[in-house]
Amino acid sequence: MSRRNEALLALLGAALVVALAAAVPWLRFVLTIALAKGLAVLGILLLLRAGQVSFGHALYVALAAYTVAFAGGLVPEALLLLPLAALVAGLVGLAIGLFVVRYREIFFGMLNLALSMVFYSVLEKFYAITHGADGIRIGPVTFLGQRLSGEAAEWAVLGLALVLALGFGALVRVALLSPWGEALAGIKTRETRLDFMGIAPRRVLLIAYVAASAMAGCGGALIALTTRHVTPALAYWTTSGELVFIAILGGAGSVLGPFLGAAAYELTRVYAAALVANAWQMVLGIVLLGVIVFAPGGLWGLITRGRKAA
Amino acid sequence: MSWLSENGLIVGLALLDGLSYAAAVFMVAVGLNLVFGVLRVLNVAHGSLFAIGGYVAASLGLFVLSLGAPPWVGLPVLLAAAILVGVVLGPLIERLLLRRMQGQEPVLQLLVTFALFMILEDLQKLVFGVQPVVFDAPLKWLGTVDVPFGADTIPFTAYQLYVLPGVAVATLALLAFVLRYTLIGRMVVAVTADREAARALGIDAAKVTLLTFTVGTILAALGGALSVPTVSLVPGVGASTIVLSFAVVATAGLGQIEGAAVAALLIGLGRSFAVYVAPEFEVVVPYAIMVAVLLFRPQGLFGVAETRRI
Repeated sequence: MSRRNEALLALLGAALVVALAAAVPWLRFVLTIALAKGLAVLGILLLLRAGQVSFGHALYVALAAYTVAFAGGLVPEALLLLPLAALVAGLVGLAIGLFVVRYREIFFGMLNLALSMVFYSVLEKFYAITHGADGIRIGPVTFLGQRLSGEAAEWAVLGLALVLALGFGALVRVALLSPWGEALAGIKTRETRLDFMGIAPRRVLLIAYVAASAMAGCGGALIALTTRHVTPALAYWTTSGELVFIAILGGAGSVLGPFLGAAAYELTRVYAAALVANAWQMVLGIVLLGVIVFAPGGLWGLITRGRKAA
Repeated sequence: MSWLSENGLIVGLALLDGLSYAAAVFMVAVGLNLVFGVLRVLNVAHGSLFAIGGYVAASLGLFVLSLGAPPWVGLPVLLAAAILVGVVLGPLIERLLLRRMQGQEPVLQLLVTFALFMILEDLQKLVFGVQPVVFDAPLKWLGTVDVPFGADTIPFTAYQLYVLPGVAVATLALLAFVLRYTLIGRMVVAVTADREAARALGIDAAKVTLLTFTVGTILAALGGALSVPTVSLVPGVGASTIVLSFAVVATAGLGQIEGAAVAALLIGLGRSFAVYVAPEFEVVVPYAIMVAVLLFRPQGLFGVAETRRI
């Protein structure tokens, strides 16, 4: 698919999101969450390019969400909280990344899982600071110093999410086509050959890891601003699994995949929860199985395959 | 030394507790490790099989006792339930799902088991409900033993003192014997080492895989069944079990049977000491041990470093 087509589709998608959010008010919440998760999944996509899957990426989502919760009391300004949360996630990602990029495949996945579970238990057990499983409520925040009413605030967060999604989407697309992006894909095919070419695979992966944590941080901050309540469940390993799920559901072939996948995931979840309250997770599991068995390229793969056939 | 004399009883209790806990963890982790060796897939749904084993054992046990059976029948029922779960679910999952995924991308194979986990978690809630399930007849029937510890004695349940570690040691011995000295065991080792070469030698790799997965499922279910008398079953027990077993497997090194026992002991004892000394860190300890081990031995305590292939 050509570059212009993809950009056009992204803008069309953004317009569709705005139209849907205006037409169906309750969708505003769902779509904002979908965009936020899509941002985190964009980071998963980067790591998947290198053939690595992190089962602990929710760590950065939760880290950013709790940053918003704690800092929100001091500086209740969304446009300051968001970069702050992304920065915290990125810095922690750098510290952890220096350690985990030395490992591959199952060990990479497990170490990430372990660290996110450590953070989860810290959030849950240190009740005096984090209020444990009850979580923390986030008070009202301002946008550019403006105190917005409920509906306007929802629109503001949605707008913020859209801008970030388009911006990071374009950035990741450009990065993946750059020499760095080619080197990243080289980690998956034959890492030793990168060494022979004088490229340090660990540094290539570290850049991807830090970028992925910062993007997950943006996603986490958006989730905190939307739900206005953060709980340790954000860091649990099933949340990380959910992010990998969305990446596969949407398809790893394009930067539009994560957002497509996230929207499909959130909508399936809402409808499944309404239809079969006790078995929504089972419905999602069956959807995931179906995608893996029948459409390994994800939803995005289905779209491009349809086009090629036409 | 004075601390030890003051807190001697706590140390003793933590030792006993850790031992029985390690036994249950070992059963699950060794199954996971065995399955990973042959299928090269870390089965995320392994924890759900643990939970299902526990629920089936409790239901079966309560049913049998309600018929008026003497309380000692509870013990063989635990074993029977585990075998039942393994023989029914093992082949079903391997045949219908995992076999189709052979040769696919590792990420997709991992996600298939994640989808299975989501399905089994809800299925288990639908079938067994969300109320805690207790079945402690075997524990009560065996009574308690006074364990001499220094000048004091510690009253401890005979079930946790003899049955749990006993079954774990028997499992370890049986597995080590079968893998080393029997034809079918050598076949499993051969397929683990190199699937292609094993097939070239005329080994029916598909049959070996099916068998190994079934044994792994029985071990997970047995771990669950044996835990039932000591803990009450609640939803989510599968999710927490699997991350703990991951930690044990990664600490031990992939494919290590005896190593899994050592790692289970290390993590089991570490966790139970944390429970008595610093309960906030209870959940963190297993991961701390794992990270510390991987920091110095990236392939795990007993893992063999693979030479890099160009």
